[in-house]
Order: sequence, then structure tokens, then C-alpha cells
Amino acid sequence: MPYERQGRWIVIHPMVVRLAHWLNATSIVVMVMSGWGIYNASPLFAFHFPVWATLGGWLGGSIAWHLAMLWVLVANAAIYVAYGLLSGRFVRMLLPLTPGLVWRDLVDALSLRLSHTPGTYNAVQRLAYVGVLILGAVAVLSGLALWKPVQLQTLASLLGGYEVVRRIHFLAMAGIVGFVVLHLTLVALVPRTLLAMLTGRVHAGADVSR
Amino acid sequence: MTRRFVVDAADHAPRLEAVRRRLFLRNGLSLGALGLLTGCNLQDGDAVDRVLWAMSRFNDRVQAWMFDPNRLAPTYPVSAITKPFPFNAFYAEDSVPDIDGADWKLEVSGLVQDRTPWTLQRLRGLPQYAQITRHICIEGWSAIGQWSGARLSDFLVRIGADTRARYVGFKCADRYYGSLDMATALHPQTILAVDYGDKPLPPEYGFPLKVRVPTKLGFKNPKHVAAVFVTNDYPGGYWEDQGYNWFSGS
Repeated sequence: MPYERQGRWIVIHPMVVRLAHWLNATSIVVMVMSGWGIYNASPLFAFHFPVWATLGGWLGGSIAWHLAMLWVLVANAAIYVAYGLLSGRFVRMLLPLTPGLVWRDLVDALSLRLSHTPGTYNAVQRLAYVGVLILGAVAVLSGLALWKPVQLQTLASLLGGYEVVRRIHFLAMAGIVGFVVLHLTLVALVPRTLLAMLTGRVHAGADVSR
Repeated sequence: MTRRFVVDAADHAPRLEAVRRRLFLRNGLSLGALGLLTGCNLQDGDAVDRVLWAMSRFNDRVQAWMFDPNRLAPTYPVSAITKPFPFNAFYAEDSVPDIDGADWKLEVSGLVQDRTPWTLQRLRGLPQYAQITRHICIEGWSAIGQWSGARLSDFLVRIGADTRARYVGFKCADRYYGSLDMATALHPQTILAVDYGDKPLPPEYGFPLKVRVPTKLGFKNPKHVAAVFVTNDYPGGYWEDQGYNWFSGS
């Protein structure tokens, strides 16, 4: 058991983060697929999502999935964000984040000179993770405004009114799906990161890119 | 009226059982797709559907708790009215029922003192209220329209309804049916609309009577209403019995 070799293996993703990650992954898949089913009932743009990529079978089913999984998504996100803030994980993993650092790491990454340290994110990764957290918050807030445009009318009007909020909700979804595609591509390129999100541990000193 | 509406799952059990069976077939295909995606065993549609129905009833309670009887739906200027206002029903526009307003009477039943049917003229005799509000369809689209008519709360008082009952139900001339929680039925913007714009409701918008509820999704606004009843037994609704969330508040 390599995990018993303490000192050489370090925990980069504690249990709470791993559980939240996989619960979040599941709820995001359900929210996106059921959301596409709802979108198809009255498309905002000149396309439909393929039926095989939707969940629920019909509008009523898609909405039932969407509004059931909503609670899992939000409760899980609340636990994850509270942990991230109180434990210092967010500050440690996601900051500092400046345009200069992002540019430097982006140039290094594209010229294949970026160094990798297990458990440490470069500035491009930090930007992506901060970005998807913000997109998640936008998706939840715009979703609440769509669900309750009368009871939460202050929120709905702050976001520009019902019809604008529909588009915001769509864009937040598109951004999150874009993040997921990027995220999965990078995991496919560096499969050891998948193992780290399952076991929580990486080998200290290892370059996870190789 | 600040009393909160309470949903009791037991009241819905027989209907839910019937609908659950119907939904199972409809959902089978994409449940299979999700099972493949997550690697979880979601093939058992019965168990999954039961969870979805239970969550929908939970969402009914959350929405009843969120519902503020004094919060008004936003209103709009005449210039914001959507033209033409879209026709929407569970049938095509050429199947709109043909109703003679002179013969028409609104039947009244259930937990009320006076079951005398109401003529259109008598409904128009109650104080009339106009509203320009946004109709939001469960499909996602929305449109702004202008409706006017008597407050449902005034009507309920006039027929001696037990306003402590839980539901107000509606039966329609086009076989549609639906129901509201009492708190929403008593909301000041819930009206028995007889006019659209400054003219009597045209057939496609629900002649002679549409219940306009701007604090609910569009399908909770029945058209061609023929009967009103007050009850403590969950009446369901045309779409609700197929799986749309019952409360569906905005």
C-alpha cells in the first residue's frame, strides 16, 4: 500500500472536497441534461439539444429532475464553499490571481515550459476554478429568479428581468459546460489527477504532468 | 390572510400512484442514458420516479412557505403588452370550444353556502380590476397581457366559501381542469377575467371566463371555466396529474 509511506504521499484533496466534487459532478450532469430538456420546450436560439442528451423524457420529467437535483446541488455547494472559505483552501489554492500571473503561466503552458507541483494550481488553473465558481453562483441565482420571478422579483429585476434572466441562465450553463469540457480534456491528458480526486493523495515531488 | 398553505402527501397518494405508472414508460429511455453516464443503477424507474414525485411534493411545501400573500406580481405599461398574445392550449387553435355567452353559467359547488350558478352579467356586476402582467409558460417563454375581472376572493366571499378550506378547483368546457391553494386563490391579483384588453375575452384566450393568476405559471390559469368548487380533497389538474409540479408558483 503506497499510502502507508507517509511523508512521500501528501493529501491534496481531503475527503470533504472529494465527496463534494463527485456529488457536484453528478448533480451538474443531471442539471445540464434536464436543463437541455427544458430548453427544448421553447428554444431561445435556433437550435435544439439532441434528445439523447436530455434527461426526463418530456418537459414535466425534465423539470422534475431539475427541481429535485437543485437541492442536492445547492446544499452540496454550500458545504463546499463554506469548507473552502473556513479552511483557507480557497485562499491557498486560488490566490494570488492577477492578469500578469495568468499571462505568464499561459505563455509558459503554451510553450510547454510550465512547471507542475502536486497540489498547487498555476494561475490559468486558478482563473478557471474561480471562473467556474462564479458561473455556478450566476447559474443558481439566475435559476432562482426564473423559478420565482414574483416572490424573488427584486433578484429578477436586478438581473434584468425575466427574459434577460433566461439568457443569463443559458450563458452560465454554456460557461459551465465549457469548463467541464476543458477540465475533462486536461484530466485525459494527465490521468493521475483523476486518481488524486479519488484517493485524495499524490506523490510528493512528483510532476503530475508526466 | 397570512395563513400558510399546507400540503399533505397522503392526500395525493392515489393519483400519484396512477401517474407514476404513466411516467415510468416515458422516462425509461433517458433514465437508461443517465445510468450509462454515471454508472449508477437508475434502471429502476419505479424507485426513481417515486423520489421525483416526493421531491415535487417537497417543492410544493417550499413554494407555499415562500408565497407571500401580499407580494404583487410586477405590472407593466400598456406599451409593454405582447402583440399578438400567443395562443396556447393542449389542443390546436381550431379546436377552441364554441361557447354561447348568453346561455353560459358558472357552476358553484363544494364547501360553499350559496350554490346558485352565476351568469356572466352577474360576474361583471362585482367590482372589476384590471391588470397588465407577465404570463410565464412552464415551457420558458413569457408574454405580457391585460386582463380584467372580479377578484376571486370577492367571489369566494360572495358565495359563502369556506376560505379555510385547502383548495379551489376549476372545471373547464374544454375538458381542462385545475386547482389552486387557498392562499393563492385569495391573492388580490387572482381574478375571474372576463375581458382581455378592453374587449370581452376572445375564444382563443378563454371566453367567457379565464382564471388569471399572475403569481403562477401559465398552465395554472384555466380558460373556458365552467365550474368552481371549494374542497379539502386534492383536486389535481390536467397537467399536474401527468407530472407538472402542482404549486408552480412564480
